[in-house]
This record gives sequence, structure tokens and C-alpha cells, in this order.
Amino acid sequence: MEIYLPIADLPVNVFLVLAMGLGVGFISGMFGIGGGFLMTPLLIFIGISPAVAVATVSTHIAASSFSGAIAYWRRRAVDLSLALMLLAGGFIGTVTGVWLFTALRRLGQLDITIGLSYVVLLGSVGTMMVVEGLRAMLRARQGKPVELRRPGSHTWIHGLPLKIRFKQSKIYVSAIPVCAIGFIMGFIGAIMGIGGGFLLVPMLIYFLRVPTNVVIGTSMVLTLVTMASATVLHAATNHLVDAVLALILMVGGVTGAQFGARAGQKMRSERLRLLLGVLVLAVGLRFAFDLIVSPDDLYTIRGVGDGR
Amino acid sequence: MRLAAVRRISIAAVLAAALVTVPAGAERLVASLSSHIVRITSNFNGVELVLFGTVENDQATAPHNGGYDIVATVSGPRQSLVTRRKERMFGIWVNAESRSFVEVPSYLQVLATRPFEDIADAETRRRQQIGIANTSLPQQIGPDLADVVPNDQFRQAFVRIRHDRGLYGETTNGVTFLTPTLYRASIFVPAEAKVGNYEVDVKLFADGAMIARTNSAFEIKTVGFESFIANAAVDYGLIYGLAAAMMAMMTGWFASIIFRRD
Repeated sequence: MEIYLPIADLPVNVFLVLAMGLGVGFISGMFGIGGGFLMTPLLIFIGISPAVAVATVSTHIAASSFSGAIAYWRRRAVDLSLALMLLAGGFIGTVTGVWLFTALRRLGQLDITIGLSYVVLLGSVGTMMVVEGLRAMLRARQGKPVELRRPGSHTWIHGLPLKIRFKQSKIYVSAIPVCAIGFIMGFIGAIMGIGGGFLLVPMLIYFLRVPTNVVIGTSMVLTLVTMASATVLHAATNHLVDAVLALILMVGGVTGAQFGARAGQKMRSERLRLLLGVLVLAVGLRFAFDLIVSPDDLYTIRGVGDGR
Repeated sequence: MRLAAVRRISIAAVLAAALVTVPAGAERLVASLSSHIVRITSNFNGVELVLFGTVENDQATAPHNGGYDIVATVSGPRQSLVTRRKERMFGIWVNAESRSFVEVPSYLQVLATRPFEDIADAETRRRQQIGIANTSLPQQIGPDLADVVPNDQFRQAFVRIRHDRGLYGETTNGVTFLTPTLYRASIFVPAEAKVGNYEVDVKLFADGAMIARTNSAFEIKTVGFESFIANAAVDYGLIYGLAAAMMAMMTGWFASIIFRRD
């Protein structure tokens, strides 16, 4: 069944888009991430312009992170004061990101920026995750205890001023790295159309030593607010949010996430991390392939003003 | 003197004879379309319209022995587009040079009874803008607007990409005469076509010259939900964005209720 997308301005198969939502939702539920880094590339591959894909996926992620955030909130696994502090940076990051997005689009360099960002970010993070995952599996096989968090080991981050105590996370840390992490997440979220859960969770654990029981819930609150504000800003400045596409995606996404979460509980966590690393790396490599291989057509046409 | 007079008379005779055989306005061209409004609904997948009409000639003159030729040019709403060319820089492909095509037809299909070169000579084709090569596609060159030669690389790439998407094209067997005076042509408009007014310009040729011309038009418009969404997104961007964000929250909230497991 074909449906005409009013903003993307092309007809798509409803079942294909629904299946994509289900598939990405399954993976996102399994790993506890938003799945934007998979959804945005998939939309680009089926022919939706990168600009519309990035803007629309932010709406989709707002939905999936909201249902996740509610679940974690019920279990009291959200550090609200930490989330608010992250959001202060996150909101500025989103505004800056949307501004840069608009400027790059005017210059005709948006697609290449999205592509390069995916290669650099997903390539490096994916490699780190794969290496880390392999090491953890080797250690587990050799019977050594899995060493994840080293309490008491202080880094330069803990020497920064403006320290704040976050009661629920039981951490005492400077506001500067918290705001900086928020800013980075908001910024790349607006440019790349990713919630960034796969990045935010490790950053909170490694840099701020946030305990694992509140880290996912807190990251989902940040993702929810940055992606919801990215939706509003992309819609207000660039008119690129396709509500029809977003609705189909989110219906598939939230459903798939439920089954994914059940599948994820049955898997060992280090295997899960390795698998996620492989997935992240694969998407990064796919973008690298597109940038390096000679394109079929050197020429592209874009409308002036409407951007499609 | 006498010789000159004879020559003058003979020229007049030839002119008079020419006027009798090809009187101006002897043929009248009539054209109509199977539909004048195309509505884009949620399952819009392109549309085919039929252009049909007759060549009427007054009773005094006999129909042309060589027969008639029809060239129909369908042009969609005008749009400014940028064509960019990728170049390899530091090992990766990036957009380098670009050209702006200003207010060019978003859709351009030329349908004819025969290959254009059989219908009229190059000069006539150029003057009457027959075929895509002879249609003006102005580019922004510095402060000026100018059309370039048809074999300009950017122009060729532009026409080729539009052609691949079914938006530009030439069909030299697209118009058929069902009887010596009754003609018919199919116009296909793909799903990607822009909404707006489409003009159909029909020209009648005989013996290499244009002898009559008429036009018709149709409109493509979005109706219902799609039109509402598309207009709201542009006209009320902020409210649209807030509504989209609300929709996301509602969906997330519903999901957490439906799939609640505690």
C-alpha cells in the first residue's frame, strides 16, 4: 500500500516503513537506545532526503524515549537533577545544531556533513565498543572478574570547579562536564538525527561515574527533551518534519521496542555491547563507502527554498 | 522597364497563389484535456491525462496533402533549482561547483507526431521553442540571467536527472492522428510532480511551418489531509512542530500504557 508523504514529497510503501520502525524499535529495545543512528540512514537509503530524514527521526525518537522514560520513572531510576543539568547544556546544543544545520543546507554542504559525521562518530565509537566488547568477552572466558567501574579513581574531570552533589546518582561532580556532555548530545542530535543513547550512556558512566541503575533512565529524559525541541526547531525553521512519516515510524518503533527489550534481557550484557558495537561500526562503514566510492551521478538537483 | 513590370506582376501572381493555397488562419486547432483538475490523495501514484482535439479547416480549402504535425508542450509550475556537481576532495566526494536554474518549468514534456527535425527546420524549431533543447532554461550567471548552449554540462545533467525522474521528456511518437484531422496524446504526470498549474501548448505544423496554435491547462492540487499537513508545515511551522512533538509524546505515553508490565 503506497502512501504519499506530504513533506518528504514522495510516495512510500506503508508496510516497508512500518517494518523499518518495528526492526529498529526491536534493536533499540534490545540495547536500550533510541535507534536514531539506524533509522536516519535507513530513511536516506529508501530515498528520503537527508534533511527530512534527520528532522523526522528526531520526532520518532522523542516518542520512543518518552515511553522509555516513563518506564524508568516508575522504577525511580531517573536522576532528575542530573537530567536537568544535562538539559541546560542540551538545549543550547540543540539550538546551535539546528542553526548550523540551516546554514549548511543553504551552502549545499549538509548531506556531506551528515555523511562525514556518521563516518567519524560511528566509526570511532563503534571501533571502541567492539574492542571493549571483545576484551570483556575474553576476560569472561578466562574467568577473570569483569571490571567496569573503578570507584575512587579520580580523573582530571573531578578537579574542575563548580561542584554539585547529585543525590540520587551519589556523585559529586563539576557542572562544567555535565553541561558540556548535554551540549554535545543536543548538538549532534540536531545535526545527525540521532538521540545518541549509545554515546551518552558510556559518557555518563566513564566521565561522570553515574551508577548503572540510573544511567539509562536519565539519558532517556535528556534524549526526550533534546529530540522534542529538535522537532519543534526543525519544523519552525526548515519545515522539514514529516508528521505522517514520523507517525508510521513511531507506531512501529514503540511496538518493536517491547519485543526487543524482552529479547535483550535473555542476552549476556557484554555480548549485547559487542553486538551494538558491530552495528554502530557497520553503519559508519556504510557511510564511508558512500563517500569514497565514485557516485553513479556526479550531479544532484535541489530546490531553492523548499530544500527537497 | 517592361521586363521589370512583368517580373513584378509574376511575383504578385505567385504571392496571390500562395495566399490562396495557404491562407492565414484557414486551419483552426481545437484542444481539450480529459481532466482539468488532478487531485493528489494519499495513494497518489502519478496520473495519465489525455489530450485530444481536431484540426478544423474551412470548407473552401482542401486539407493539406502532406498531412499535419502536432507538437504539444506541457510545462509545469515554475521553480528555481540548484544543480551541484560532486568532486573528489581529499579522497571523498563533496559538492563543489553549482549552478542555479531560475524559474524553470518543474515539469516539461514535449509530445509530437514525428521526430522534430522532420516537422520543421532548425530555425523554425528554435523560433517556436520546439523540444527541450530549444526551451529556455535560464541560469543565474553572476548578476545576469541567461540560457546557455544546449550542450552545456550543467544543463545536460539537469535535463537528464529530470528525465530520469519522469519530469522532463520528449516523445516524438506521443501524438497520433486517429483520422486525418482528429488527434490524441497521453500526458503522464509522475507522483513527484509539483502541485500547481500545468500549461499545455499545442502547435499545428504543415509543410514545415506553424499554421495554428492553441492552448489548454490543468491543475494539480493536494486535497484533504496531505494538503492540510503540507500547508500547515510551511504556514504554521512552530505550531506544527509543537503538534508533532505532542504527537510523539502521546504515542510514547500510549505505548507505555499498552505494554505496561507491572
